[in-house]
Amino acid sequence: MNIIKMVEQGYLKKDIPNFRSGDTVRVHVKVVEGGRERTQLFEGTVIRRRGSGLNETFTVRRVTHGVGVERTFPVHSPRLAKIEVMRKGRVRRARLYYLRQRVGKAARIRERK
Amino acid sequence: MLRKSIIGRKVGMSQIFDEEGKAVPVTIIEAGPCYVVQKKTLERDGYAALQVGFQDVREDRLSKPKGGHFKKDKVKPLRFLKEMRLDEAELNNYNVGEEIKVDIFNPGESVNVQGISKGKGYAGSIKKDGAHRGPKTHGSRYHRGPGSLGAVAAARVFKGRKLPGRMGGERVTVQNLQVVKVDSDNNLLLVRGAVPGPRKGLLIIKDSLQ
Repeated sequence: MNIIKMVEQGYLKKDIPNFRSGDTVRVHVKVVEGGRERTQLFEGTVIRRRGSGLNETFTVRRVTHGVGVERTFPVHSPRLAKIEVMRKGRVRRARLYYLRQRVGKAARIRERK
Repeated sequence: MLRKSIIGRKVGMSQIFDEEGKAVPVTIIEAGPCYVVQKKTLERDGYAALQVGFQDVREDRLSKPKGGHFKKDKVKPLRFLKEMRLDEAELNNYNVGEEIKVDIFNPGESVNVQGISKGKGYAGSIKKDGAHRGPKTHGSRYHRGPGSLGAVAAARVFKGRKLPGRMGGERVTVQNLQVVKVDSDNNLLLVRGAVPGPRKGLLIIKDSLQ
């Protein structure tokens, strides 16, 4: 297993902020459009963080125009320019799938100090 | 022509990101260094080949005949020996004791990887031959069986009939895997995709024929 870690070492990002399920994050995604690269923002609640090492991913959920959108990103992807933690949330489980069943006030998350 | 070949061990799988930022599934292989132990010649052995060894081993772990084989040519003892066929004339390009390292491969090249697949034990025709299963319910009474064994008039079962039996644990070659990265300092080879066998399984890596 150590050899695998050694190989992955060179690809790991070191500037990943501390964040976990329930937090609200703003993800800066690099997108290539017609040969041009620009940064797109995706802001929402982290509902899952899974995996370890290079294989680690997190899922961000947001509701726009009444439609729920979830995007999953690899934590160490070079396509992510930056992850900003906007708000820390207090939640009692690691996977917040229950938010999918809730809208509006019921989908609120308390703030963690 | 000697194909570029090396012996290695499967370390495991992971993923790395390419220049575009795409995740590439890779198998990490600890490949080489291998050493030429013996040259087989047309004259003495009836064919031309290099005998190549991989992985250091304590001398007292080898059988006496094997130990003597290494001692004779003053090559350090190695755990595994494999032969690589080549033309007689090419034998002169190699010396006994010569080292073969991963750097014979370059990123972007394609390779064939050979190994012993994981043993699956006694498996039925669904797992082993990809047969479809029968209905689970509605009184079907036919669930995972192999089906009909053939026509009545033949009065026998033809050879090659797909029936349950041992699966896996056989030599498998995966062709045209792309070399993603070569780390010659650590003797590591990263190929795109999966290779046969368990972790720590012995592998033979050759450049592709295509």
